[in-house]
Amino acid sequence: MHTPAELKYTEEHEWVKLEGKEALVGITDYAQGELGDIVFVELPAEGAAVKQGDVFGTIEAVKTVSDLYAPVTGKVIAVNKSLGEHPEHINKSPYQDGWMIRIAVDNPSEMEKLLNADGYQTHVGGH
Amino acid sequence: MSAATGTEKKTALYDKHVALGARMVPFAGYMMPLSYSGQIAEHNAVRNKVGIFDLSHMGEFMITGAGAIEAVDRLLTNRFVGSKPFQAVYSPMCLDNGGIVDDLIAYNLPDGIYVVVNASNIDKDARWIQEHLPAGVHLGNLSDHTSLIAIQGPATLEFLAPIMDQPIAHLHTYTSVRAQVAGIDALVSRTGYTGEDGYELYVANAHAPELWDRLIGVGQNIGLTPIGLAARDTLRFEMGYCLYGNDIDETTTPLEAGLLWTVKFDKGDFVGRSALWEQKDNVPRRMVGLRPDGERSIPRHGNPVRVGERQVGHVTSGTFAPSLGMGLGMGYVESGLSRPRTQVTIDVRGKDVPAAVTVLPFYTYGSRPGRRKA
Repeated sequence: MHTPAELKYTEEHEWVKLEGKEALVGITDYAQGELGDIVFVELPAEGAAVKQGDVFGTIEAVKTVSDLYAPVTGKVIAVNKSLGEHPEHINKSPYQDGWMIRIAVDNPSEMEKLLNADGYQTHVGGH
Repeated sequence: MSAATGTEKKTALYDKHVALGARMVPFAGYMMPLSYSGQIAEHNAVRNKVGIFDLSHMGEFMITGAGAIEAVDRLLTNRFVGSKPFQAVYSPMCLDNGGIVDDLIAYNLPDGIYVVVNASNIDKDARWIQEHLPAGVHLGNLSDHTSLIAIQGPATLEFLAPIMDQPIAHLHTYTSVRAQVAGIDALVSRTGYTGEDGYELYVANAHAPELWDRLIGVGQNIGLTPIGLAARDTLRFEMGYCLYGNDIDETTTPLEAGLLWTVKFDKGDFVGRSALWEQKDNVPRRMVGLRPDGERSIPRHGNPVRVGERQVGHVTSGTFAPSLGMGLGMGYVESGLSRPRTQVTIDVRGKDVPAAVTVLPFYTYGSRPGRRKA
């Protein structure tokens, strides 16, 4: 399992990368492995407001479905449209091509509530 | 997927799966490979070429003694008396009230009746069968000593025929033979759970790792792919095959589950016959296929099925179907609503998804010879 040290994580398996006042969001390598082959992902429209801890979308794997939780509060300013045609990018490249949304962050201090890489690895049982 | 408790058994091939990089998960008391290279790729390998499965979690019994054939026949809804040597019969085994104890395959072998049952039901089935055997008929539980390797896919014969000690192409579906596969003794059965041509190989645990290695070795040239339980589930689902514990259980009858063809009312008495006879002309609900109108909704196990506000059934299996490229469901609806093209609504996580009742199987292009399992 790959857990980049420079990212922050939610207990629900999203990663977030803070770039200035913007946050890039996806799901972790651990999560994609647990879900198996991903076939659809439902994401919010650009301009939608998301709130830390609330559901912002769903992800459908062959076998199971899972909610996506916003790691920070803000406004969605970009959505990875390539996932419509290529949801497998989430399996193959969870931290790069598989990114989901970009959020204009309201309050960067919310990042402090998230897990760091070590904390996340402990959370998922040190896989 | 539930967490492992640490008490799960390992099949004789456990180390092979780990070496192949499989994701191992607890299933029915065993640690089993969920997937190796990815479940859609594995699914497609079986549809298009050939795959190899470890199904050693399945249970095997040998029932012997004078009158064993009649005793087994009495436990099954399908006809076992009159089966030919080495013939296999697929059948539900029912409670007195018609609920399904298990679905199984019984082989009429010269040394006894070989019964293959679902892993999750091994102990329950052994007890149930033993309770119903007359004096002089004995059940031996071979489950802990027997491995089962399945080879499934349109290229199965191309792969297996050259490494058999005798021809197998002539075997009808649901017949078997004792033969050597790559030099190893096995019961070789033309059966499967995928909709494709294929054979299932029952071998002693002691020989299973060697057989697996030889099959993987020979198979490299032909593109033999190891297949996990995840792809096994989508393959059987596309064929509308019932999975015990999901689609059928002790609260469902074979008539409800679309298994009327396995219920032989004219064969004489059997456990569950009177209850099923009573239900036969008034089956309250039926197993159907459910096809969402939109391509992006995937029904899931347990989703309610409605007409207007009224619940008329529920989804028992639902998944993305790789060969059809969309989410589909199977489940029970009231009999009056079981006609193809009947419009219903599936409640998929609180979202009303319009869907049409369809016939099973969903996938009709498989390489499996013959149309039916018996």
